[in-house]
Amino acid sequence: MTARLSFPTIIGAATLAATPVAAQQIGAPGKLLLTNGISTVEGAAGGGLTPWATIAGNATRDGIGGQASVTVAELPDYDFRSYAVAAGLFDRVELSYARQVFDTNKVGGALGLGNDFAFDQDVWGAKVRLAGDMVYGSRWMPAIAVGVQHKKSLDATVVRAIGAAQRSGTDFYASATKLFLDWSLLANVTVRATKANQLGLLGHGGALRDDHGVQVEASAAYQLSRRLVIGAEYRSKPSNLAIAREDDWWDAFVAYAIDRRLTATIAYTDLGSIATFNKQRGLVVQLQGSF
Amino acid sequence: MLLSLAALLMGPALQAATPPAPHAMPGEEAVDPYRVDPANVGAAPFTGDGMARAFGGQHGIRRIVDRFVRSNFADPRIGEIFANQDQVRLKRTLFEQFCYILAAGCTYTGRDMRSAHKNMGVQQGDMNRLVENLQRAMTAEKVPFAAQNRFLAKLAPMRGHIVER
Repeated sequence: MTARLSFPTIIGAATLAATPVAAQQIGAPGKLLLTNGISTVEGAAGGGLTPWATIAGNATRDGIGGQASVTVAELPDYDFRSYAVAAGLFDRVELSYARQVFDTNKVGGALGLGNDFAFDQDVWGAKVRLAGDMVYGSRWMPAIAVGVQHKKSLDATVVRAIGAAQRSGTDFYASATKLFLDWSLLANVTVRATKANQLGLLGHGGALRDDHGVQVEASAAYQLSRRLVIGAEYRSKPSNLAIAREDDWWDAFVAYAIDRRLTATIAYTDLGSIATFNKQRGLVVQLQGSF
Repeated sequence: MLLSLAALLMGPALQAATPPAPHAMPGEEAVDPYRVDPANVGAAPFTGDGMARAFGGQHGIRRIVDRFVRSNFADPRIGEIFANQDQVRLKRTLFEQFCYILAAGCTYTGRDMRSAHKNMGVQQGDMNRLVENLQRAMTAEKVPFAAQNRFLAKLAPMRGHIVER
């Protein structure tokens, strides 16, 4: 007798075989509290501004997790929103997506774009943890990850009009992150090759420069308790556009794990000059859910 | 060949006849013989008495270990890993380990971490859960959070000997 397996049978068998593994993960113990980080404005897990060598979601190397967040920044002349989702596979691979909305309020009118014109952007990200662990193992061996972020402005005509060479571009980065338990201190350094203007919201490249330059980003966070962390971040940025200077970014944040699934973050940030409007300092709030 | 076969056959019988180690508590089950050496503890002890004081000395450490072990056995997620473990022995050896690392005036007579966790099937999530149970036990004993982390820094490098790949 010849057994002929139809395609649905094979899929069915594969599903059955996979189910016990998947079911085992539901409600299984996961990462240590807060070690999945928060969501960066570009969707990757990390601090608020810079990605860390941690993988999104609560799952360990034995499972699949994810996180989703909404980030709101209220600046003197602009409002910024980022809606992000990320999946973490086996504490090894992270896939992320963020939609950024940068509302120009009255600046839009002044620039001839119309009041409340919003620059929109999609950011698709992938990250792989290559080696090390943020918490365990040798105390001097950090988690090390590399990642890419492909960014595409949804306002091609406008970003070209203000001098961007391209509407889309790709950032490449490497991050090293370690929680130094001796000092309750998490440190992260990220090196990024990019030519994005204001994250890519204003396109990529320009009259001053149109190739990838190396930028440095850093985070430091101090654990006050299992649930409460305070910290600061710095992110250097290129300045490619002739019409508007771009500044490095800073923030100081407080993150609180309401429970394993919910993290709230409040930050004060200094984004410098954006599209000729200086001193863009303000409050950032993020709510993140994860599993 | 014959000799080694005989030794193999007699091995378990010999072990069963081995009297309990002098440092064992009444009620402990026997374990396979091993060489007693404080270095089995797996970490360099702290110097000075600052950490011992932060943990409330031997009395505080004993309360932390008792609470920690009880919470692990009762844990809905990782309790089953402990179900077949010797709670009496675990409480003693963990107390010795904590007390020795914290420089609170004990020696460690237990096994090394790799032998003690062999075939337990501990996964990374289980270890994280255990760390959180320990954090709760230390918090209940009012150990300052920074001191908790300094202690965890001694334990974190042991992960590779505890978690199975």
